[in-house]
Amino acid sequence: MTQTFTLDGQEIPFTPGQTIIQAALAAGVFIPHLCYHPEFKPHGSCKLCTVKVNGRHTASCTFKANTGLQVESNTEELNAERRTLVQMLFVEGNHFCPSCEKSGNCQLQATAYDLGMMSPHFDHFFPDRPVDASHPELLLDFNRCILCSLCVRASRDVDGKSVFALADRGIQSHLIVNAESGQLADTNVSVDDKAVQVCPVGVILRKRQGFVVPIGERTYDELPISGHVHGAVTLTEES
Amino acid sequence: MDAGKLENILRRYDGSTHNLLQILREIQEAEGWISPESVTALEQALAVPRAKIEGVASFYAFLHLKPIGRYRILFSDNITDRMGGNQDLMARLCHLLWIEPGKVSEDGLASVDLTSCTGMCDQGPALLVNGHVVTRLDEARIETIAQLVRDQIPVEEWPAEFFQVEDNVQRRDILLGCEFEPGSALRALHARLDTDGVLASNTRSWREGLPRGLVGPATMLDEVKHANLRGRGGAGFTTGLKWEACRNAPLADGQDRIVVCNADEGEPGTFKDRVLLTSHADMVFEGMTLAAYAVGARRGFLYLRGEYRYLLDHLEGVLARRRRDNLLGHSIIGIPGADFDIKIHVGAGAYVCGEESALIESLEGKRGTPRNRPPFPVTHGYLEQPTIVNNVETFAAAALIALNGGEWYRNIGTSHSAGSKILSVSGDCERPGLYEFPFGVSVAEVLEACGAKDTQAVQVSGPSGFTIAAHEFDRKICFEDIPTAGAFMVFDKSRDMFQVARNFVHFFAHESCGFCTPCRVGTSLLKNLMDKLHNGQGSPYDFKEIEHLNHILQAMSHCGLGHSACNPVLDTIEKFRAAYDARMSHQDFTPAFDLDGALSQARQMTGRDDALAHFGAAHGELQ
Repeated sequence: MTQTFTLDGQEIPFTPGQTIIQAALAAGVFIPHLCYHPEFKPHGSCKLCTVKVNGRHTASCTFKANTGLQVESNTEELNAERRTLVQMLFVEGNHFCPSCEKSGNCQLQATAYDLGMMSPHFDHFFPDRPVDASHPELLLDFNRCILCSLCVRASRDVDGKSVFALADRGIQSHLIVNAESGQLADTNVSVDDKAVQVCPVGVILRKRQGFVVPIGERTYDELPISGHVHGAVTLTEES
Repeated sequence: MDAGKLENILRRYDGSTHNLLQILREIQEAEGWISPESVTALEQALAVPRAKIEGVASFYAFLHLKPIGRYRILFSDNITDRMGGNQDLMARLCHLLWIEPGKVSEDGLASVDLTSCTGMCDQGPALLVNGHVVTRLDEARIETIAQLVRDQIPVEEWPAEFFQVEDNVQRRDILLGCEFEPGSALRALHARLDTDGVLASNTRSWREGLPRGLVGPATMLDEVKHANLRGRGGAGFTTGLKWEACRNAPLADGQDRIVVCNADEGEPGTFKDRVLLTSHADMVFEGMTLAAYAVGARRGFLYLRGEYRYLLDHLEGVLARRRRDNLLGHSIIGIPGADFDIKIHVGAGAYVCGEESALIESLEGKRGTPRNRPPFPVTHGYLEQPTIVNNVETFAAAALIALNGGEWYRNIGTSHSAGSKILSVSGDCERPGLYEFPFGVSVAEVLEACGAKDTQAVQVSGPSGFTIAAHEFDRKICFEDIPTAGAFMVFDKSRDMFQVARNFVHFFAHESCGFCTPCRVGTSLLKNLMDKLHNGQGSPYDFKEIEHLNHILQAMSHCGLGHSACNPVLDTIEKFRAAYDARMSHQDFTPAFDLDGALSQARQMTGRDDALAHFGAAHGELQ
């Protein structure tokens, strides 16, 4: 017999070992997320995927599904809390969507739209984060980093290179690259690396590819991020 | 760093990446910073990417990847240090040394900055110079320090009285009053076993979880359970249950059970572990050994906070003596198979490492980020092995229980809080220091004992604890009323409780590990809000914002640091609202942006300072 738990009143089947978000996405139910990626070990840091399990807040990317759990996700309360988290991510970095090459393909922007974020609400921090244009084929724009660590995990676990790491702590936390000079050009990164492809925002960009796909025809221009859930299903099954 | 020195350090730490933090700390101590060359050498020797090494080093406040002067002076910035005038003293030192706070002098000689509470609240204000603690700062001491730095006298040659740390034990009870004979608790436990038990532990490996019915190690567990011992780190988890879960956790091949003593006493206002480790170290180590016996562990760690680095030689000495006396090592006190030893791991300035899973990450040589749980440390702790993490005081209490029995212990204190609690009393009172009381003592009784007068409030259990106002002074210190890790900071009526809360909020922002969004950004937003109020730009709107942030921090944060970061603000808003209202220049909305202030540059450039060059005047005229 298939085991199930209840998500917003709907029975969600799961296989033992699956987390709530894995089971939900496999069943075609979207839960907002940024640092979660079906191909990598859950990190649990962005907290966007927070749901209420039997009344308690918990990150659905790290919480294992279990028979009979009562899970709330798509509620006004949780979406308001998620909206605040997205606002926090916007003000701690420097995000200028209109001039960003990732606009329309950016998960942060798409999630903000999806959650109905109308303003950043908080005062901007305007941190000083110089870009790294040293590499001939890649650009690093740290202004947009949300510290999801997907590139760190991809480089370490898939590419076997550890090109990226997180440094410092607290609000000073930031991404660094594996070179004494601190420059991407001096690492062994390659454009084909998984790490280069997983950035959910516009930090890691291919040079000379700007606006190849016009604004208006990009991933989230047609369909909101919550509508892309079946994409995630395919990925899970392939991996 | 020359190759020989580095090789020496690496050898002492088995060239293991799990000891990366200790290796980095030793390089920092030897060189004053961790140079790119040192990182390169480590990268090669340990086969670890340099980005990871830099990621670890930059996480800890006492490790530096850039030179920060031959004299690195950090003023402790707990609220009690502030009440003792640390800000003026720091300004004075900066003036004398001709440097700006947070920056290195141009000649690379010195830097002066702030650090979180150093655990010297009973003898502050305090500072750390190159990791050595200096207590009882006053103007004269600051003048001397400036001279010593200018004359480039090595810190080792500074006057010894600067570094003197007093125990300041003001009231002793069962624990602090115990004339503890090293080994006596182990022997008392052993004597209490019946013959079968001794045989059982002789014939079976004590590392195996023993089947039911066999006494031996189970006796210790039973005593601790019967004693109703609860964790002294503040949360009050039942010690016996934790130990039992660890003992029953399955072991994979090659795995061991691990006993960890949490001496990362970072909660501002807490300094009891400092005294326990200074004057009662045998009791603590014996408690760890008894725990090892109960759970079946062979390896133990003492995680000592970096601020207490000065205790390292003393503690290593105690461990060496205990090894000589067969109280550590193989077949302890003659019980075959009873093998246990303890290593000391020194932290490097990170409050969050007091959280048990972050502490374990740090023990493994990583950034001190709290783990996703479950699994919990009792099944998957140090290097995925079953691990118990207990407070220093908990282990000392366990030794007392082995000595006198669980029945004796459970009858002291209250029904839900057995035994005694050591309070670290500081702030506005005549006799700051340690006060050990049976659980159930009231706040008023403690205030009476320490000679506090005109008390306005007490912060119990540090910034993450509770602000107790005068009308609540009959409340009791115990798990069923006010649970505490031990801090007890007293504020008299002259103190501004808003500034107390603001200091605590700055502390949380400084110590957030940055892993999760709500805490990383939320603690900084909260700090900005409190600074906004401090600058006289607050409005009732900001209270709503604070409540909103509190909700997000409590609901969404990854660990207790985020969950409790708003506590001091919410408590003081509720109980000391006047301190906040005094800062409200407007009862309705006030923009955070100071329009007149923004014109100051224009005034400077045009050389004007007449009425029309100010926003208020021009604004009035327009109307």
